[in-house]
Amino acid sequence: MTQFNEMYQGVDVRQPYARLKDWVGHMPQELRSLKQAEAEALFRRIGITFAVYGEGGDPDRLIPFDMFPRVFSGSEWAKLERGIKQRARALNAFLVDVYGRGEIIRAGRIPARLVYQNEAYEKAVAGFVPPKGVYSHIVGVDIVRTGPDDFYVLEDNCRTPSGVSYMLESREIMMRMFPDLFRENRIEPVDTYSEKLRRTLSSVAPGKCKGEPTVVILTPGHFNSAYYEHSLLADLMGVELVEGQDLFVDGEYVYMRTTEGPQRVDVIYRRIDDAYLDPLCFRPDSMLGIPGLMDVYRSGGVSICSAPGAGVADDKAVYTYVPDMVRFYLGEEPILKNVPTWQCGREDDLKHVLSNLPDLVVKEVHGSGGYGMLVGPKATKEEIDRFRLKLAEDPGNYIAQPTLALSTVPTFVDEGVAPRHVDLRPYCLVGERIELVPGGLTRVALKEGSLVVNSSQGGGVKDTWVLAE
Amino acid sequence: MLSRTADNLYWIARYMERADTVARLLEVGSRISLLPSAHGYRSEWDSLLQATGMARAFAEKYGDPVQRNIESFLFFDRDNPSSIASCITAARENGRIVRTALTSQVWDALNTAFQELKQLEREERSGLELSRLTDWTMRHAAMLRGSIDATLLRDDGYNFLNIGYYLERGDNTARLMDVKYYVLLPRIDYVGSGLDNYQWTTLLRAMGAQRAFHWAYGGDVTAMKIADFLIRNPQSPRSLATCTAGLMNHLCRLAKAFGRETEAQDKARSLAAGIEAATVEAIFDEGLHEFLSRYIAESAQLANAIHASYLSGEMR
Amino acid sequence: MRLTVDHVTRYRYDAPARSVVQSHRLTPSAFAGQKVLDWEVTVEGGTRGARHRDGAGDVVQGWTVAGPVTEVIVRVRGTVETQDLAGVLRGHRETVAPDCYLRETLPTRIDVALADLAGSATGPDRLSLAHALSAAVSDAIAYRPGVTHAHTTAAEALALGEGVCQDHAHALIVCARHRGIPARYVSGYLFATEDGTPHEAAHAWAELFVPGLDWVGFDPANRCCPDARYIRLGSGFDAQDAAPIRGIARGGAGEDMDVTVAVQQSVQ
Repeated sequence: MTQFNEMYQGVDVRQPYARLKDWVGHMPQELRSLKQAEAEALFRRIGITFAVYGEGGDPDRLIPFDMFPRVFSGSEWAKLERGIKQRARALNAFLVDVYGRGEIIRAGRIPARLVYQNEAYEKAVAGFVPPKGVYSHIVGVDIVRTGPDDFYVLEDNCRTPSGVSYMLESREIMMRMFPDLFRENRIEPVDTYSEKLRRTLSSVAPGKCKGEPTVVILTPGHFNSAYYEHSLLADLMGVELVEGQDLFVDGEYVYMRTTEGPQRVDVIYRRIDDAYLDPLCFRPDSMLGIPGLMDVYRSGGVSICSAPGAGVADDKAVYTYVPDMVRFYLGEEPILKNVPTWQCGREDDLKHVLSNLPDLVVKEVHGSGGYGMLVGPKATKEEIDRFRLKLAEDPGNYIAQPTLALSTVPTFVDEGVAPRHVDLRPYCLVGERIELVPGGLTRVALKEGSLVVNSSQGGGVKDTWVLAE
Repeated sequence: MLSRTADNLYWIARYMERADTVARLLEVGSRISLLPSAHGYRSEWDSLLQATGMARAFAEKYGDPVQRNIESFLFFDRDNPSSIASCITAARENGRIVRTALTSQVWDALNTAFQELKQLEREERSGLELSRLTDWTMRHAAMLRGSIDATLLRDDGYNFLNIGYYLERGDNTARLMDVKYYVLLPRIDYVGSGLDNYQWTTLLRAMGAQRAFHWAYGGDVTAMKIADFLIRNPQSPRSLATCTAGLMNHLCRLAKAFGRETEAQDKARSLAAGIEAATVEAIFDEGLHEFLSRYIAESAQLANAIHASYLSGEMR
Repeated sequence: MRLTVDHVTRYRYDAPARSVVQSHRLTPSAFAGQKVLDWEVTVEGGTRGARHRDGAGDVVQGWTVAGPVTEVIVRVRGTVETQDLAGVLRGHRETVAPDCYLRETLPTRIDVALADLAGSATGPDRLSLAHALSAAVSDAIAYRPGVTHAHTTAAEALALGEGVCQDHAHALIVCARHRGIPARYVSGYLFATEDGTPHEAAHAWAELFVPGLDWVGFDPANRCCPDARYIRLGSGFDAQDAAPIRGIARGGAGEDMDVTVAVQQSVQ
């Protein structure tokens, strides 16, 4: 399998990386070690600890940071941006539709079962249109690259995609350590993200809110692995970081408990799952939620971002139909491609998957974090046989995709610099306007040859640059 | 600000101040135990534990009050919620929750204390001198205090931190004095004896106030002078007068900022008035122990009022 | 038939609660089979909260009671004009897709016995099959109060062979879903007749989706379809989801609940 190296084409250096050739060429080993140690000290100092959604792990763990940046030219990014925004629009149109009349299902473009029997489909919000018709306010689209012009979407994250703190902190640290690089290259800033996020959240305040809306971030608490990110975003936006116990419902509104008495809350950017939002509506045993919240929400007293029920759009089985959504709702051709996907629940697809297991990646429909996954070309015969049994047992629980030749970016390793596989998660903001900060989270598989970029399995992060044209 | 945030800030201060006091207590104890006495050093350590209300928990876990065990119990023991290790860990955890309400210097001070504590815990216990542990604790408490004063915005959060500090400090000063007067000196005919004076001096030394005392009063160390210094003297940084004035100051700032008074201001006002009105003679007439017990009880009521008025989130 | 309802639910807390939040499905919605003439829900000392009509067409009303409080009394009083439509829920405004109600929940989980029971029913079309399923459940679970409780699952009730209306409804829902028929739980009131049929004034039954008719009610506890004696309050996946009152008391230890319901035919 030939892998696309984003920097080198043989001995030639691709244009976006032109200036990095000298930079890395002139960096002696000692300086590099020094800088690497400095970067780690900075991360530890600011206390950034991290885990991508669902990965769990030690809350005080540092994710490895690779100093070699990942670079996109302005025109490469322009296309990505159009594609991501298109996708974010289609996903939101889909959500409004399936909680309303369900036209796409009536039109036979997507099976009713996948939507209505999906665990993430919330009956409690059927018939409700959130302010500005937005369900997913932050869409994290995971993208991989296989060639100069070939980008594939691996999955969409419509609920509360995490990792944006790494985009922000990686940039801060790179700018502190290598100011010259930023003088020589014209790199689009990413630090506008928090301001754009605040504007996005304010723009979807409920109709009953008069004046400047009060926005809060709702966190499961300081034991959560992404707590650092929650507190960073609260700090950058200048909004309160609250836990469920800090909020309460009184009459038709939600209030937070302050030292000056109750203060009304208009928009809740929640970083907890639907199931924990309101024990009166969802899990009755939830200690994290706010009793009565959903009644206030449904009657337009408060906005919740992302809207409860948004998860039905980022299910791995629904993913297959996103290109159809783009065509159905927007009347456009999808700019970004989906990875061809076989639904093991379909008989024909299953047959194909079973006879091509060594070449495929098999994933659980509801899994995340790179667990419960088979990477055919890297798997032993025993592992493949084990998956064959799993597939026979519960085929509907799996999808399969071809193994993609993920692009590589030069990465600092013990021996010097070597290509390592990467993916990309940009964060698209959807409110009154739809915005994308030029950059994102680039995750890199630090192990040689590895395609798994998850931080729990040897993944690290890089700063992601978009060059100004 | 969020009531919970105010609560976290308040407890950062209380825990750090408590750690500081426990370190001072350890110093008092070890110095007093160096003095030959009629009833042996063991019961003196026991008296210390009695005074701080930790005697029962100690006895259950360790039995006899041997100095080594007391050091473990008061410094390292995580089962003891008032141990220095527990206090520093709790202060840092409260700080982690409200990171955004702290400056990086304040966070650094908290986090560094916690990281160094973890180092200390890994060291061979026999290589750790008690004085090193107590100095280390007081140094970090002072560093936190300094970074708060030097870098923190003078907003509501600053007021809640200070309220925590003054409340805890006043309570601790009262307890330390009570240890000396009521527990360490069980027989009334010791009053005014050489042993009595030695114990008072040790107490002053533990509070880092020995020289200040001599500058302020001169002459012999007497119980009256010390009571005046630690209760009534507004120049003394740990005196009850200083603590109640500090509480009043920060509570009044809150009342002004929020545009309303609560029962907390009432209680603080009466606590301060009680200190101001008390002459040394009146205190000794009432009995120092009785006076201090009353202060400790009223200070606890004030803490409840602060909780109900600002920290609980239940106010309307 | 003109029916009047007087329904009082009393919550008592051993330790005073700091606050109480409730979400009510206590207001009948209008459809061809029932017309609300007057209706009032009150919570003593409570603040009326947000109100909305959910996707299933039910009126949901929030309430909050500021503490400290040791007793909360919810009183429902009203009059409804009903008509016998043989269980058909005609003219009911709702948006939830029927396929939603094929989903399994904890109390409506299938087991072998329930699957066998579902398999035992036959019918030439979906309506007949629905009737057969309801009859099968009536035969398999005898009406007997006191043997099951609020959290008894359909499988447990079938194993016992006894239960109350909640258990009948759960069992029918599981069987219907197993046969591919969307089914849901309905809570409401039943007018007490004097013919000796066992009944509960605060009642529950099931609705099954039959193309052409849409939702049709079945009451296996009384071996019939809801008629003019029934007042329909709200629906859900199961009893918990369709509960007329859901509430949480902060800090109120030792909750005790007491319910009285009276449904009477009113003189015109």
